[in-house]
Order: sequence, then C-alpha cells, then structure tokens
Amino acid sequence: MRKKVIYGIYDDDDVILQAVKDIREKGVHIDEVYSPFPVHGLDHALGLKPTRLAITSFIYGCIGLFLGLFMMWYMMIQDWPQNIGGKPNFSLLDNLPAFVPIAFEITIFFAAHLMVITYLMRCKLYPGSTACSPDPRTTDDMFLMEIEAHGNEAEIIALIKATGAIEVKEEKIA
Amino acid sequence: MHYESPIREPLILEGKTLHDITEDVARPIEGKANKWWWALFSLALAAFMWGAGCLAYTAGTGIGVWGLNKTVGWAWDITNFVWWVGIGHAGTLISAVLLLFRQKWRLSINRSAEAMTIFAVIQAGLFPIFHMGRPWLAYFVLPLPNNFGSLWVNFNSPLLWDVFAISTYLTVSLVFWYMGLIPDFAMIRDRAVKPMAKKIYTILSFGWSGKAKHWQRFEELSLVLAGLATPLVLSVHTIVSMDFATSIIPGWHTTIFPPYFVAGAIFSGFAMVQTLLLVMRKVVKMEAYITIKHIEYMNIVIMVTGSIVGVAYITELFIAWYSGVEFEQYAFLNRATGPYWWAYWAMMTCNVFSPQFMWSKKLRTSIAFTFFISIVVNVGMWFERFVIIVTSLHRDYLPSSWSMFSPTFVEIGIFVGTIGFFFVLFLLYARTFPVIAQAELKTILKSSGSQNKKLSS
Repeated sequence: MRKKVIYGIYDDDDVILQAVKDIREKGVHIDEVYSPFPVHGLDHALGLKPTRLAITSFIYGCIGLFLGLFMMWYMMIQDWPQNIGGKPNFSLLDNLPAFVPIAFEITIFFAAHLMVITYLMRCKLYPGSTACSPDPRTTDDMFLMEIEAHGNEAEIIALIKATGAIEVKEEKIA
Repeated sequence: MHYESPIREPLILEGKTLHDITEDVARPIEGKANKWWWALFSLALAAFMWGAGCLAYTAGTGIGVWGLNKTVGWAWDITNFVWWVGIGHAGTLISAVLLLFRQKWRLSINRSAEAMTIFAVIQAGLFPIFHMGRPWLAYFVLPLPNNFGSLWVNFNSPLLWDVFAISTYLTVSLVFWYMGLIPDFAMIRDRAVKPMAKKIYTILSFGWSGKAKHWQRFEELSLVLAGLATPLVLSVHTIVSMDFATSIIPGWHTTIFPPYFVAGAIFSGFAMVQTLLLVMRKVVKMEAYITIKHIEYMNIVIMVTGSIVGVAYITELFIAWYSGVEFEQYAFLNRATGPYWWAYWAMMTCNVFSPQFMWSKKLRTSIAFTFFISIVVNVGMWFERFVIIVTSLHRDYLPSSWSMFSPTFVEIGIFVGTIGFFFVLFLLYARTFPVIAQAELKTILKSSGSQNKKLSS
C-alpha cells in the first residue's frame, strides 16, 4: 500500500520547535523531524523517550573493570606468579595498587568503544548505509517535518502552513 | 531556551547565517589547493621521507646508530615521545573538558585540535616502538598467550601501563573525533557534485540523515564520551610521568610529577593548537569563526598552565634542598649549573618567563606575538623533557660512568621526520575534512553570532 506523507520545510529552529508543540497539541502525530543540528528541546517536544546510552556505557564500564582485574589476577597471581622487584603477588588485594592504572584504562576502553558501537547499531549507521532524509537541504540550513496523512491531507497542509513553514510538499511513498 | 548576555563578545563574526557556515566549511574541500598548500605539503613530505629513511636505517642496523650510550640510555627518543604525547593532550582537553564546562568557544576549534591530538599521538607511538630495536616484535607488549610458558607481560611496570594508556587514549580520541565528524561528512555528501566525492563522503558519513532521535543519542554520546575522556586525558600524562617517577633516579623520583606533567602537556598542546590554527584560519579563511577572542582564551590557558609548570619547577628545587638528600640536591644543582646548563635555562626562559607576557591584553590579542610565543613554548617544552631525561641520567651514581650525550644525524632525522609526518597528515586533513564542527557550531549561531547580538541589543 502506498502511503501519503506531507513534508513541511522550515528555515528556523525556534519556529519548527514551536510548530512541533502546536501540531502535537492538536493531536496530530509527527513521524519524523530532520535537522542540520541538534535542536535543544526538540526530543521533549516530539515526546521521544530519553535515550539509555549512558546506562549501557556504565554497564560496559563495569564489565571492563571486572575483565581487566580478572586478566591481571590470572596472569600475575594465578598462572605464573613472579617476584618482580619484591612487589607482593600473593593475592589481588596485595597487588591492587599496581593494577589500578590498567584497570582504569580498560574500564574506559570498554565503556567508550562498546557505547559507540551500540550507538552506531541503534541508529543503523555504518559505511554503506543510505541516508533517508527526503531533502538534502536538511544537512545545510533547513528543518523538515514529516507527517503521514490518513485521508486528512488538506487539514495537515493547512496546519503546517499556519505554523510558519516556508514550503509544504505532498508525496506518495511505498 | 538558551539565552546569553549581550555583553559577551560574539563567537561568530561577520553576520554569518546557517547557510554561510555550510559554505565556509565546505569551501576548502570543494576548492583547489593554492600554491602555499603545495609548498608546505612538499616540504613536509620531504621531511617525512627523510625521517622514514632514518627509521628504516635504524630498524635494519639496530639502535646503535643512535647517540645513546650505557649511561644515557634514554635521550632524544623518549624526549620526543613525551613531547608528542604532551602535544596530543590539547585536543581532548578542548573537546571534552570544555564540553563538560559548557564552554561554547570550543566549537570552532575542537575539530582541528582533536585532529592534531590523533596525529601527534601517532608520532609519539613511533618512538618507543623503534626504541625496542626490533619493532617487528612490538606485539610482545600485549598480554598474548605465547609458547614461553605462557610468560605474561609485567603488570607492575609503568612502561606497560603506558602501553595501555596510550593505546586507549588513541582509540578513544579517534572514535570521539569520528562520531562528531559523521554529521559534517553528511553535509559535505549532500552538497557534493562530483560522483567520486559523493561516493567517498557517502561511505564516510555512515548514512547520517539528522533524525531527531539520532540527534538525541548523538548529544548523549558526546556528553558521556566527554565524561570518559576527561579522566582519561589526565591519566595518560600521569602514567607517562610514572615512567620516571617510579624509578630511583635522582631528578625523576618525584611525587610532584603527575600534576606537573599534565599541566605541561596542556601547556604545550595549546601552544601547538595556536601554531596550527593561526596559520589555518588564514589559509582556509576561517577568521570569522576562529576569532581574536578564541586566540585570547587559549593564550589565557597557556599563561595559567605555564605558571603552574613554573611553580612545579620551583617546588622541585625547594624539595631537593629541603629533603636533605645529597644525590637529589646534586641532580638539581647540576641541571642549572652543570654541562647542560644551557638546556635548563632555555627551558626556564621559554616555559616560565615567556608566557608571563600574556598578562598584557595587548600582547595576548596580537596574532603575530601569539604565534611567536606558541613556537617558543613548543621549543621550551621539548627542552623540559630533554633536561629531565638527559641531565638526570648523564650523572650516574658511579662517577666512573659519567658521560655526555650527543645525537647522531639519524636521531635528528627521525625527529624531523615525525614533524614532517605530522604536517603531512594535518595538511591532508585540512583539505578533505570539515575543519570546523559545523553542525554543533550552528547551534550557537543564534546566541553567539554577531548578527543576532546586534539585533537583540
């Protein structure tokens, strides 16, 4: 089935932010907004849930810390204990001061890289992925609002025009 | 909504609009290089080739071709390593620490500063690897299972801490930089006319289209990466300083080293940012974005960190006297009055004395003077590492092994080669990458652009 979508193009971030609030107040669902830069407060206005990326990063960091300490304990205390400069190597606790720097680095390594990988996967960003913005000007200076119409095209177009859009387009997509 | 006092000076001049920012950032990429670029590039490439030749000679013959001897076992190699790592601190500091402190002036300079960081850390990494003598066995520093037992690496050793610190720093800086680049590559992609350029920037931009949800995640990602990178950047030079501080060499065995090295790293990093950006803003016409205000802010950072370094030098001298340890006292007396006095006083003049000029508003807003001081600081910070390493080593506990150090043409060639390599990378970057984080810069156009400041006042 072919869907009908309406695109409203705006040239100001404050205008589109207000437009999003006004249109959503009327009970119309906004499918997507494309913008050249992060518009402050737009995620709230669109009713998007807060992202959980920071939580994943904390979990990855904990995993990194555990694996780092486990690796050092296994290599220096369990598998082949060595007396190096008289530094104690009887237990993890004895040797912990010398393990702090690397445990810290591995924590950061895991938290940063796994979070970035999660972000790329969640946003479906990878080399060769195709961009889906309906108008290339949205990476330059234009802001685009996408609303799917269900037989109420005229109403939506009037609504978008009333909120200060400089262009309104109607398209059929598969 | 973000409101900024009209009293603050604008960060974007000449009444730029959103579209002007796009045009200005894309221009160096879409245009042709001028003859200055080609001249600099040829020079840098020649230096790089010469350095590559010297590295090949070192790897083929052994590090006996360097000027090291039994007493002075670390000299130019580790001096250059610490110097480059130090330079590599400003980028992450600007993008991460200034992000956490909500300093909007970072947005015009963070991209290039991060590029500089990555290129500098690459140069730094070459020195310890080639100092191993058999660089093809460099993987021995990784905790890999092997057929000697397995004989594992020594996690008590600060040199191994360094391996982990530098490699974590390099990779985290790289992804931090690249995540910010994706929306800007998308901007270049959407403008590209030539099919080849379009294809390349399509691959580089990972299919970015600027959806609201993606921007929300982008902002969270930047904030958390900044939060992770801030302690990371402080840890890296701390761990580099532990290479020295955990030893028993007088002049190295000092608890003040970690904060002192970190301050020195920020100091030299900002100086290198000034050196590069003062030239770049002119060549790629970014004067409206990298303004006198930005230069002044960076000069203030240089002045403050330079003064911290000065206090550290004086503290070292005081503690050497106060400790009552005669070896320690001799080490510092020898630095200032021994055979390497000239290196010590070059360091003092360049690092402690010269940044004090920045107290004067007139001097710190002068482009020519800033450029001069930035070079002086870079020279001074090289001498700092030379003084710490060579003068501490050349007077051993055994007077019979006292010696001097002089570099061979190979060591000088490798150092010159890394400078060439660094500039080759930076010049290529300036022609193919968006040199300003334009997507993020656009967010402050309303609050900090000169046009809007005029309208609102």
